[in-house]
Amino acid sequence: MEIFNDPNTLPWLIPAGPLLAFLIITLVTNKARLVPATDSHAYGGHHPDYDGMTVPVVARYSRILSVGVGMAGVIAALVVSWLTLANASQLHHIGPEVLASDIEWMSTGETSFHMGVLVDPATVIMLVMVPIAVLMIFIYSIGYMAQDPRQARFFALISLFAGAMLTLVVADNILLLFVGWEIMGVCSYMLIGFWFEKESAYKAAIKAFTTTRVADVVMLLGIAYLYSITGTLSFREIMYSPETLDLLATTTPIIFGGWTVSAASIIGIFLIIGTVGKSAQFPLHVWLPDAMEGPTPVSAMIHAAAMVSAGIFALIRLYPLFAAGGDPHHGVFTEPLAFMAVVGAFTALLAATMALAQSDVKAVLAYSTISQLGFMMAALGIGAYIAAAFHLITHAFFKALLFMAAGSVIHGMEHGEHHVHEHGDHGHDDHGHGDAEGHAFDPQDMFNMGGLRKTMPVTFWTFLIGGLSLSGLPIITAGFWSKDEILADAWLVLNKYGSGAHGMVFVMLALAAFMTAFYTMRQIALTFAGDGRTEAAKHASLGQGLVSFTMTLPLIILAAFALGAGFVGVPKDFPVLNAIFSPEHNSFHHLVIEALPLPETTAAFATLPDYHPKAPPFNIVPVATSVIVALLGLWLGYMVYWRKPLKAGQPDPLEGFLGPLHPVLKNRCYLDDLYSAVFVKPSQWLAAQVIVFLDRGIIDALLHIIARFFSWLGELIKALNLWLIDGVGDGIPIAIFNFGGWLRQLQSGRIQLYLLLLLAAAAGIGLVLVLTAGGPPAL
Amino acid sequence: MTVPLWMYLAVAAALFSIGVFGVLSRRNAVAILMSVELMLNAVNINLVAFWRYSETSTDLLLNGYAFTAFVLIVAAAEAAVGLAIIITVYRNRRSVIPEHAATLKG
Repeated sequence: MEIFNDPNTLPWLIPAGPLLAFLIITLVTNKARLVPATDSHAYGGHHPDYDGMTVPVVARYSRILSVGVGMAGVIAALVVSWLTLANASQLHHIGPEVLASDIEWMSTGETSFHMGVLVDPATVIMLVMVPIAVLMIFIYSIGYMAQDPRQARFFALISLFAGAMLTLVVADNILLLFVGWEIMGVCSYMLIGFWFEKESAYKAAIKAFTTTRVADVVMLLGIAYLYSITGTLSFREIMYSPETLDLLATTTPIIFGGWTVSAASIIGIFLIIGTVGKSAQFPLHVWLPDAMEGPTPVSAMIHAAAMVSAGIFALIRLYPLFAAGGDPHHGVFTEPLAFMAVVGAFTALLAATMALAQSDVKAVLAYSTISQLGFMMAALGIGAYIAAAFHLITHAFFKALLFMAAGSVIHGMEHGEHHVHEHGDHGHDDHGHGDAEGHAFDPQDMFNMGGLRKTMPVTFWTFLIGGLSLSGLPIITAGFWSKDEILADAWLVLNKYGSGAHGMVFVMLALAAFMTAFYTMRQIALTFAGDGRTEAAKHASLGQGLVSFTMTLPLIILAAFALGAGFVGVPKDFPVLNAIFSPEHNSFHHLVIEALPLPETTAAFATLPDYHPKAPPFNIVPVATSVIVALLGLWLGYMVYWRKPLKAGQPDPLEGFLGPLHPVLKNRCYLDDLYSAVFVKPSQWLAAQVIVFLDRGIIDALLHIIARFFSWLGELIKALNLWLIDGVGDGIPIAIFNFGGWLRQLQSGRIQLYLLLLLAAAAGIGLVLVLTAGGPPAL
Repeated sequence: MTVPLWMYLAVAAALFSIGVFGVLSRRNAVAILMSVELMLNAVNINLVAFWRYSETSTDLLLNGYAFTAFVLIVAAAEAAVGLAIIITVYRNRRSVIPEHAATLKG
């Protein structure tokens, strides 16, 4: 078929597999029957207690089919992605040349809006990362969700999620990107609230949805404003046209115009706010830590492969828009860039401090995600969008790894908990008593763990690799290279032009990196070092068989990426290693810089100032900084938590050190309480008032009046009906009946009467003829 | 002296009226049949009279005669059929009064 053979149309099919899988599972293979939930063991242990409820349990064949369809969808996406990558590598010069095709989607007056796909260097790096990460998450889900009664539903939703992310990646305009963006929003809502029987889960789902909604509305405003000025939303048309960018930079917006900001700034800030919501930046980061209420593969999907990456990806795509009118590489900031730098650096630091005091194994990772996204945001703010893209990719690999490893730990802990219940000598059977204890036991609390290194060795080693990559352990981990490039970019401009913003970003990110290394080591030590602090931890394991296999294989593969993915971005003049990995140029930098028009290759930009970050030359200061903060943080964490592992019941040594700050950080700086007091409570109060006054007072009263009028009208029509319609309806047959009765009297059977009538008729007709003829006929 | 047309017509009208009266007033079917014959013959008189006094009457155009001959033949046939019916009804019902043969009355 044409669409397969033409490399320009092939990208349309990248999201098709998972989207089809979603449809097939939803419409065909998801067959469930309702059974009363009496034995919680039948559903595995890692989700809420269904006791006393009727739950839909997917039939075994339906489960296998659904998983098969879901896997087929994502494998198809992977294959098509690789085909597309192969096609892209055939291009003479990717960047100026791209794989793209579009269709006319909607005619708007004299112009028309085109929807299409675009494979440029930015898409290429995402097509490398997303399908692999998604496939790993799918494989992991087979084991993780194996006991869940709604496994088919899970695979349907996560397929849709993957399809939406791939749509977003291949989109050639902001609107299609926004469509994928919003589908992911819906999927995240349904998947975070997947175990909706649990109050915390559905509340987290609503929180995630409403928080990102606030940002999305602002983003939509930005898109609408952009379209109203430029008349196009296509990435290439806007980014490759100096006139359009200049127009945006010089237009004075209708509102805020008095503040001497340009339309580009307003649009840029609106779009960035969309990303602030989606990529969980301060002040809209609150939904992300709660999002871990969903199943762990969903957390991996949201935190690594898809949702939060989407925000940064969109900003990388639109980077020239934010830089329009400024020159960050010489210290000249535009409002959007400054906004990103400040928000990103502040978020990176704030989230890192909050991660210090968390005791939930997934919460630490959630805050580290926010912090790492802050790194990317800050990198974009200082103009280092390539470093941001690099960190986006490496972070996706090691964060997916960390989340799934954490999920394995939780799974193992629950396994251990069941083991203790079944074989324990507490002298009670596993119901009644056991449930009360089950509620109290938190399998995600790191202070209940310890010593898992011995019982879950694969999980330990992969978690360690992911953690070290997150910490930025020098040279051998991917995280080091990407984090180092951000710092190097910041240092470059700070050093050359003394840009204060770059200095601020450099210091804050270095501090955040230090804390990242420390809390990661704390987490690893609390989870894996020493001896088990509970019975469950002592018996924790992944068991045997398929579940165990599918939950460890993705960890091993992702661990390879968490180590190796960084070597594509080794600086050209890095001592020793450059000879091996980047003899000619920094490969990642060389590829991604072509995503946006270069003065050398695009004629229209030849005379304009270059907004691209140059590959930063090797400088000992940023490298030494990243090495020192990483090693110092890891060493400190090792000294505090690993060397002397905590005993059961022993408080966190950090509590004493941080003093009154610890509860503040543990409670997320009370930001959730603040939002609850400022936004949620007033909204609820307003809703209550609206019910009383508007709903019951006005709307109900109006409805009653209308209802009364219509009921009166109905009575009237009913009377009319009886009198007029029934009268006519009955009258006609009655009249016909009576006439017939009268007429049948003539049918007397007396022939002479008939003759008499005939005669009378003949006489009558004759009389009429004589009177009307007017004389005898002329003979 | 020639007899004027109105005299023929008056005789025919009187004969026809007598026939009608007979048809309507007699109860006996045979009497009714005879009255019908009177009416037919009144018509015959009219036909012949009109033919004789019309300007187109020549020796070659014998319209009136021809019609009258047909009427006479048909009347004979009718009387034969009618009498046959009356006799059959009489055999079945022992009556020659038409009201008694009212089986088809609706």
